[in-house]
Amino acid sequence: MKTDDLIKALDADARSKAMPLRSAWWLAAGVAVVVAAVVFMMTIGPRPDFMAAAHTIRFLSKFVFTIVLAISAFALIRALSTPGATTGRAMVAMIIAPLLVAVAVVLELFMVPQALWSTRMIGSNMMICMSFIPLIGIGPLAIFLWMLRYGAPTRPVLAGAVAGLLAGGLAATFYAAHCFDDSPLFVATWYTIAIAALALLGALGGRFFVRW
Amino acid sequence: MSGKDEAELSRLMRAAIAGDEKAYADFLHRIAALIRGFVRRKIVHGGVDPEDVVQETLLAIHVKRHTWRQDAPVLPWVYAIARFKLIDAFRRRGRRIEIDVDDIAETFAEPETDTVSERDINRALDGLPPAQRSVVSAVSVEGRSIGETAAKFGISETAVRVSLHRGLTAIAKRFGQGRFGRE
Repeated sequence: MKTDDLIKALDADARSKAMPLRSAWWLAAGVAVVVAAVVFMMTIGPRPDFMAAAHTIRFLSKFVFTIVLAISAFALIRALSTPGATTGRAMVAMIIAPLLVAVAVVLELFMVPQALWSTRMIGSNMMICMSFIPLIGIGPLAIFLWMLRYGAPTRPVLAGAVAGLLAGGLAATFYAAHCFDDSPLFVATWYTIAIAALALLGALGGRFFVRW
Repeated sequence: MSGKDEAELSRLMRAAIAGDEKAYADFLHRIAALIRGFVRRKIVHGGVDPEDVVQETLLAIHVKRHTWRQDAPVLPWVYAIARFKLIDAFRRRGRRIEIDVDDIAETFAEPETDTVSERDINRALDGLPPAQRSVVSAVSVEGRSIGETAAKFGISETAVRVSLHRGLTAIAKRFGQGRFGRE
């Protein structure tokens, strides 16, 4: 088939429509939030003293970390799924969440006596943390990987990893409402491991599933 | 690529997405020439047929045109897709060399000709279900309109459009997955 012949066929198909990628991303984000919320409420749900905890800075700081991570990952993944889009600024913005955690860790180390550091870090439910963040995040990750297929990422492995970070940030936001360990030392350790697992899974998905 | 080109091509693409077939044909022809120039400059050692990459890129542009933001310049988007498809073609060639030595020997023995039947897209076309394959061939190689194709096969124009769209999407998908022959 000559290239001119191919163009005839493409031109004849000009009227076929698909939802613009930008709108599709918002739709996918909405569905992912609902999926994560349903899994969260049906399994562990928020902690009983949620309202009281909401007055403590440590409890609230967890949401700042996870929501900042989710927002920056969402901005980056939208750029990564669009060919030719500039990603520099969105890439740099990915440092904000880890930076905030690092600052919180340093403050915590100053405020808490050294004897308590390891207790705070190990916390009371790290196994629940490391199982439920991936469990809540797996549905959103599948949605985001599917969205990458709908888009056109020229760096699929990186885009897949960012899909994992986005799913991780979203899942951790819900999980934080259940988790009794509010110390930044706990968050910096176990949340990070759980989110990194999703990022790794996302990178693998990007490698083998996101082809176009 | 001058700023004037960019503005004109963006305008054509916006019109095309709004359903203007004439603008789309114009856009595709001009883009094809630009991609051909780009790909020929990049392929210096041979082995990869530039025209195969041009065709793959055009198909990807077509099935992924919803990823273009209409307020962004269109050429960076086009070249990013072309670069991606070119790298894909190089990678595939590397893999073929590892797997199949006979294939390479044969390639060297043959003089470079414009054997249209050897195009990747023809092999992908052959792998389509018969109904899609005949519609895509009628509209492309035979140059028939949607209406003429509908009359030829005795089906509705809608059915022609659906088969054409599915056929093109399937070919693009095969390219993306590195599958070129019949399975």
